[in-house]
Amino acid sequence: MAEESILTDEFLRQLINVGEADVLVGVPTYNNAATVGQVVQTIRAGLLKYFPRERAVIVNADGGSRDQTSDLVRGASISDLQHSTDLNALRTLHSISAEYAGGPATGTALRTILASAELLRVSACAVVSPESTTIAPEWIERLLRPVYQGNFDFVTPLYRRHKFDGLLMRNLVYPMTRAFYGKQVREPYAAEFSFSGQLASHFLAQEIWTHEVGHTGTEIALTISAITGGFRLAQSFLGVKPHVDARAADLVAAMRQTVGALFWSLEPNFSLWSTKNDSQPVPTLGAGQEVTLEPLRINRKRLFGMFRSGVAELEPVLKSILSPPTLSELQRISALDEGDFLYGDDLWARTVYEFAASYHKAVISRDHVVQALAPLYRGRAFTFLVENREASGEQMEQKVEDFCLTCERLKPSLVEQWNGRK
Amino acid sequence: MREMIVNELTQATQELVREFARFLPRLMVMLIVVLVGWVIAYVVKWILRSFLRLIKFDKLSEGAGATQLLNKAALPSSTELVSRFAFWTAWLGFILVGVSALGILGMQEYVTRFFVFLPRLLVALIFLFIGLLAASFFSRAALLWAVNTNMPSPRLLSSAARVLITVFTASAVFEELGLADSTMLLAFAIVLGAVMLGLAIAFGLGGQDLARRFLEARFAPEKKEGQEREDELSPL
Repeated sequence: MAEESILTDEFLRQLINVGEADVLVGVPTYNNAATVGQVVQTIRAGLLKYFPRERAVIVNADGGSRDQTSDLVRGASISDLQHSTDLNALRTLHSISAEYAGGPATGTALRTILASAELLRVSACAVVSPESTTIAPEWIERLLRPVYQGNFDFVTPLYRRHKFDGLLMRNLVYPMTRAFYGKQVREPYAAEFSFSGQLASHFLAQEIWTHEVGHTGTEIALTISAITGGFRLAQSFLGVKPHVDARAADLVAAMRQTVGALFWSLEPNFSLWSTKNDSQPVPTLGAGQEVTLEPLRINRKRLFGMFRSGVAELEPVLKSILSPPTLSELQRISALDEGDFLYGDDLWARTVYEFAASYHKAVISRDHVVQALAPLYRGRAFTFLVENREASGEQMEQKVEDFCLTCERLKPSLVEQWNGRK
Repeated sequence: MREMIVNELTQATQELVREFARFLPRLMVMLIVVLVGWVIAYVVKWILRSFLRLIKFDKLSEGAGATQLLNKAALPSSTELVSRFAFWTAWLGFILVGVSALGILGMQEYVTRFFVFLPRLLVALIFLFIGLLAASFFSRAALLWAVNTNMPSPRLLSSAARVLITVFTASAVFEELGLADSTMLLAFAIVLGAVMLGLAIAFGLGGQDLARRFLEARFAPEKKEGQEREDELSPL
């Protein structure tokens, strides 16, 4: 049993006290004292408001916080919500908080939540980020209801976010996941998502847990697992995506978690993705992806400078990854002035595919392949920012869609490179 | 007088023939040992090469960065290199055993020395291989880190990492081979000291601004008076 190996004695003891549950909300934490109290209170409010008759449990899997995160989770009691007259619990709302073994790792936290869901035989389970300060009680309903009613097995979120927020998602993670696996999931690497009890057992049986993606980048690995397993997918509009301080959101770390996990997934799923030629939309519940347009002060010059120096300094590394035509094209555009610079859809898609093939062939250390993509992504981000400076939400969405179609069109080139020599 | 000369010549010739008759079987033994050794070494090479191909050793070597090193040095693939090394080591061993069968005075001692030295040679070669791989890996890691953190002179940093690890590897290899221990130790200390001093001076004089910027960014990220803070973009 998976849960026997991952759940600590303390976790098991608390879960056994709960018995069985209908719905579960998991909150993976590590030093989130600043925000977790508010998030857990909102989750409780959501459960009491929208699932008053169901047996509900909140599971906090903590990575060993040293800032009273666990105390705050335990302290966010029902009494804090008593000012709201329409919140009445008809069943006991359990709240569990325990530290998992092995030190802080999102993958281990998610695995703990999955094992808890399986042990408690829940019908629907949601995962909520402890940093989602914009969370509203409705998020819990929008995540859990489609699964609890038995209509879907896996629900990913849609957010309202700034048009320049999530550039890596728009320029690589979403288009490539869509091109590879044929499903138009806008947020394949989601901080909030939900799944059925059956899918939780499926996730636990996957081999990802013995690999690096079982520790970091697990979110996208689970999305891919749900797609490749043929489960029923949906997207649910939640609301405003909280702005994470980008100084903490290190680009290389973000690329390891998303691009590294995505490239890794290609290995075991080759027979599946290599035969898909197009993509299918995923049912959307509520509004679609929304963007906000308020002006931002962005240092585009720095992005361009880092791209240019990256292409020049990493030439020996890029030579071992890219084909000569792609590298020479990159070198050509890196010599252009800012005003003339354009890292177009075709070249960017070819670049990513050649990186994916080199990752597969392990021409150098795989982690180095992912790291070497970061400076090139900065060039693409620069082009995206310049092209969409004055664009409306619809115009920008159209550009993202065009790039997705380019990725799908050029996918055969990756299949060709996969088994051939560079 | 003439008879004496004839007798001496006859005796010398007979002695030579006897010596040759005694030597000939040893020579044949040596040739047989060398020939059989070649066959055995060839079989060892073939088995090893097949095994390495089976476990995709070349792919492992590519991933570790060894292939690029070998390509740069115009050497064959890792599988071929290891197989050839095994062949030559095995055959050289047989050649020396064969030569010792000739019974040449003093040769036995050299053969014994060779077999005592062989494990140290192997260990030294393993040190060299791992050291060069580590130098390649860490210099590339330093390069990528420097580029992604926008550090100045990433290649200088990368080269410094490579030189340091290579120097350390060379000292470990010579130490293992027991070649001029004290000279190598002294040379290593001088080179390392020079590199460290050079780096200290370079960073001390040239890196003041960099160090100040780094420390400011690390410990005092708040915006300065009159300076507008830029909005940060979240990649995900």
